[in-house]
Amino acid sequence: MAMFQQSVQLRPPAASTIAEGVDRLHFFLTGLTLFFTAIIFAAIFYFMVRHRRRSPDERPAGIEGSLPLEILWTLIPTFLCVWIFVWAASLYFENSRPPTRSTEIFVIGKQWMWHLQHPEGPREINELHVPVNTPVKLTMTSEDVIHDFYIPAFRVKKDVLPGRYTSLWFEATQTGTYHLFCAQYCGADHSEMIGWIFVMTPTDYAAWLAGGAKNEPMEVTGEKLFTRLGCVTCHTPDDKGRGPSLVGLYGKPEKLRSGDTRIVDEALIRQAIVNPNSVLLPNFAPVMPTFQGQVNEEQVLQLIAYVKSLGTEERQKK
Amino acid sequence: MADAAAPHPSGHAAAHPPGFAHQFEDMGQQHEAGSLGMWVFLVTEIMFFGGLFATYTIYRALYLPSFEIGSRLLNVKFGAVNTVILIGSSLTMALAIHAAQTGKRQATVVYLILTMILGAAFLFLKFNFEWTADYHEHVVPGFGFFVRPEWGAAGPHVPMFFCFYFFMTGLHALHMIIGFSILGVLTWMAHRGRFTPEYYAPLEISGLYWHFVDIVWIFLFPLLYLIGGRYALRGGG
Amino acid sequence: MSTVVADLHHEAPSEASRVHYLNASYGIKSWLLTTDHKRIALLYLASITLMFFVGGTAAVLMRIHLIQPQGSLFEPGTFNKLFSAHGIVMVFFFLVPSIPATLGNFLVPMMVGARDLAFPRINLLSWYLYITGAAFALYAILSGGVDTGWTFYTPYSSTYANTHVIAAALGIFISGFSSILTGLNFIVTIHKMRAPGLTWFRMPLFLWSMYATSIIFILGTPVIAITLFLLGLEHILHVGIFDPRIGGDPLLFQHLFWFYSHPAVYIMILPGMGVVSELIPAFSRKRIFGYGFVAFSSMAIAVISFLVWGHHMFVTGQSIYAGLIFSVLSFLVAIPSAIKVFNWTATLYKGSISYQAPMLYALGFIGLFTMGGLTGLFLASLATDVHLNGTYFIVAHFHYIMVGGAVMAYLGGLHFWWPKITGRMYPDGWARFAALVIFVGFNLTFFPQFMLGYLGMPRRYAVYPEEFQVLNVMSSAGASILGIGYLIPLIYLFWSMRYGPVAGPNPWPAKGLEWETPSPPPTENFEHTPIVTEEAYDYANMHIPPSESQVSGETHG
Repeated sequence: MAMFQQSVQLRPPAASTIAEGVDRLHFFLTGLTLFFTAIIFAAIFYFMVRHRRRSPDERPAGIEGSLPLEILWTLIPTFLCVWIFVWAASLYFENSRPPTRSTEIFVIGKQWMWHLQHPEGPREINELHVPVNTPVKLTMTSEDVIHDFYIPAFRVKKDVLPGRYTSLWFEATQTGTYHLFCAQYCGADHSEMIGWIFVMTPTDYAAWLAGGAKNEPMEVTGEKLFTRLGCVTCHTPDDKGRGPSLVGLYGKPEKLRSGDTRIVDEALIRQAIVNPNSVLLPNFAPVMPTFQGQVNEEQVLQLIAYVKSLGTEERQKK
Repeated sequence: MADAAAPHPSGHAAAHPPGFAHQFEDMGQQHEAGSLGMWVFLVTEIMFFGGLFATYTIYRALYLPSFEIGSRLLNVKFGAVNTVILIGSSLTMALAIHAAQTGKRQATVVYLILTMILGAAFLFLKFNFEWTADYHEHVVPGFGFFVRPEWGAAGPHVPMFFCFYFFMTGLHALHMIIGFSILGVLTWMAHRGRFTPEYYAPLEISGLYWHFVDIVWIFLFPLLYLIGGRYALRGGG
Repeated sequence: MSTVVADLHHEAPSEASRVHYLNASYGIKSWLLTTDHKRIALLYLASITLMFFVGGTAAVLMRIHLIQPQGSLFEPGTFNKLFSAHGIVMVFFFLVPSIPATLGNFLVPMMVGARDLAFPRINLLSWYLYITGAAFALYAILSGGVDTGWTFYTPYSSTYANTHVIAAALGIFISGFSSILTGLNFIVTIHKMRAPGLTWFRMPLFLWSMYATSIIFILGTPVIAITLFLLGLEHILHVGIFDPRIGGDPLLFQHLFWFYSHPAVYIMILPGMGVVSELIPAFSRKRIFGYGFVAFSSMAIAVISFLVWGHHMFVTGQSIYAGLIFSVLSFLVAIPSAIKVFNWTATLYKGSISYQAPMLYALGFIGLFTMGGLTGLFLASLATDVHLNGTYFIVAHFHYIMVGGAVMAYLGGLHFWWPKITGRMYPDGWARFAALVIFVGFNLTFFPQFMLGYLGMPRRYAVYPEEFQVLNVMSSAGASILGIGYLIPLIYLFWSMRYGPVAGPNPWPAKGLEWETPSPPPTENFEHTPIVTEEAYDYANMHIPPSESQVSGETHG
């Protein structure tokens, strides 16, 4: 009995800034569904009883239809649908844009676990510690098949794809522990690819970051990789090397040889590392080798963190 | 309430020409149903090939350099000759139908045989010359594909072009083989005098199919052979 | 009254010596080489029923396993094969062919007043293609299973899965041609072989729904065929069509897959709607309310269904503008279904309603389809879909429509036309009891799943957190009741073929050309092509002699 009382919750925790908004829409739709189902069932029951056959050769009235009724019950659902669409779409738009000052954390999904990497250094497996009341943006990729990062309590979910980055953001509003699930079938242990999100007060979070295993920040590892893999020999800080200088490059638009202009973001830098011929620049010979197979996704993220850090002092000075 | 139609006139056998199928009311209905059936079938074929064409188009946009390299390795001369052969075979097919419509049994047989010869020539050129050469040049995915170093960074995606090339032309060739068999049956039927100016629907319907297979090739040829950048305008690229 | 005027055939001395399509010839060859659409319908009925119980067994096993949070019965790998088998068999080998290949094949020629479909031999070929495909699918399942889910998402299915992907894909590919040929046959038959006087707008609505379904068969099925072909090619040759490590796009597979599979769900529901459009007028003895609106809504659904596939991909990282477009179109496709529900309900008003089993199934359909369809709005809404996608909410949504809707309509139709098909009546008391058991079992199985999904339980999970156990146990309890509910008709329908009371030409009685033939009909359906002079569902002018009415219209319940 106690198990029953405890176990049948009706609502998951609403622990993020968007959860209440999503729930409001969800409850409206629930009410709408129950209302229309009820009136249809009620109408059916009423007609079944009121108009039940009373004699074998009963001949009911010949009613063909009613244009006004048809218009009415076409327009009302249409109106409702438009209203719901607009409500849901505007909520979705709001929820899809991360605030500019978000804490960035990187996620790599692989069969069958989640690797999470804080830029400051700490690494986690199947667990994510985040501070409360702070926007967090997750940049995610998969090492193998398609997975899906799902935190029911925050009402956020996004597929995690191999070969590209997807992202989601949230701002937790309550400290506590919440489920993390993989929500895209990915093979044998799909249902074991689960974990926990720990939302902590800012002080606790800072303590957690500082304590524990001393992993160096991502950009430091990235810098070491940058040297070890020889990137530094071509990508010198001035533009005199065989490759372009990467200082201050992140976030800027770049015109490619193909004529397209693209913003230098995580996706572009990743593409440049694994498939350089797809993002050639004018004025530079196409001599950059591909590093596909030489770096795993984690190392790619570390390199990206390093490139992002380049020129930030200059940027801050400006 | 539905009433009965007039019963069949006497002399049932004389009332319907040979080849009449009894689910129909008359030959006219049968003919129309057969034609509509073939057109509906061709719509499904358009959707079938269409899915392939769509996928090809997407990957061509993503890997243009690789697809251009692959396209340039194809033999345009054979492709062009094959195109002419196929268009010719559609002409002979149309002539066969016309011959049947005008009651010329001998001409019908001749034109059908000509269509078969042209179809066989197409397949012969394709399999014996183009595909065999491709095999020897190691550009058949899954059969010893050799990515040449001079292809550079575009190299890894050239097999994908050839995958589409063999799949699309192979599917087309399969349709031609089926068409060829149908033509064989029709030639036999024509030889036996089964077609008359009143009853030539199987020819007409098969003609639709044959023309469709021709049209698919007319799309394939430019898409695979011609737009690979080999005819770039001067000063372009 | 009767179609036939002064024909010797009809003055046969007794039922026992009357020749009809079942006894016109004997022997296995006469069945396996038949071109009679009615016999082919029965061939389909037998094979589809078999596949239903194969898929149903997988479901029962899964639900028993899910009673325990940490899984009681199977390894996760086996569980994954079970849900894949359940999905593949139920979608491709039960729901897609069910009503069109059984009731459609039987009724389309009769309803248009023809002797057979346009292409009877192609009809037989389509059955052989179906069982060949089914054989490959069964082989895949029995020889070790496939574990990709019925959705075969890449790169898992193309590069990583080491189960029988090719065999399963081949089975689906082959059976797809069965659908295409069926659709082709229906389109040509309805266009070209309607009896004199049978204009489009005098056709029974079942024919409109078969026509709309056939359009989807024709346009959609070839795309899944080519998609599965590409998947097979990738699985064998690894050229990178769907593998991102060698330049492929895994999402391209999803676009191609859903381009067919979304319209496919309308293949699965439109025929059921057509059946309900026949049952409601028959058991209210009243013309359908808003005939034109119901007919056009079927066509609208068929067209719009091709424009909404992206709503399966809202959380894949696709552009939010693409999401907007697919969301708005998904709302649009709901409107014609709503129009149908209102028209069916309005038909009951001032009708003369009787509650035999087919009517109970039809009424259950209306209620459960309404609920299933409205839960679709949660999923068409972008903001809520983010939370609900990939959870049990989706599972509940589509089972309400497919099981609460399509399967109930199928059962209702089977019961309604059973006397016509077999010449025997089934026991209506048992049938009504079974309908009730199915209704209760169904709701107990799937309603808790809406709650599970909202709480966050993902689908395709072999093990789950303890807090979800109570709802899972409720769902499994419902599944056992539902399973029993499905076994009951299997038993009494079989029984009735031998021992049921002999049925007359029109036991209900109902309007429609099929009811103007003997039960079972002769092989050529009609002695002479009927001439149609009245509108569909002209119940106002129907003669209901007490002697012909086998299932009398006393009030029930």
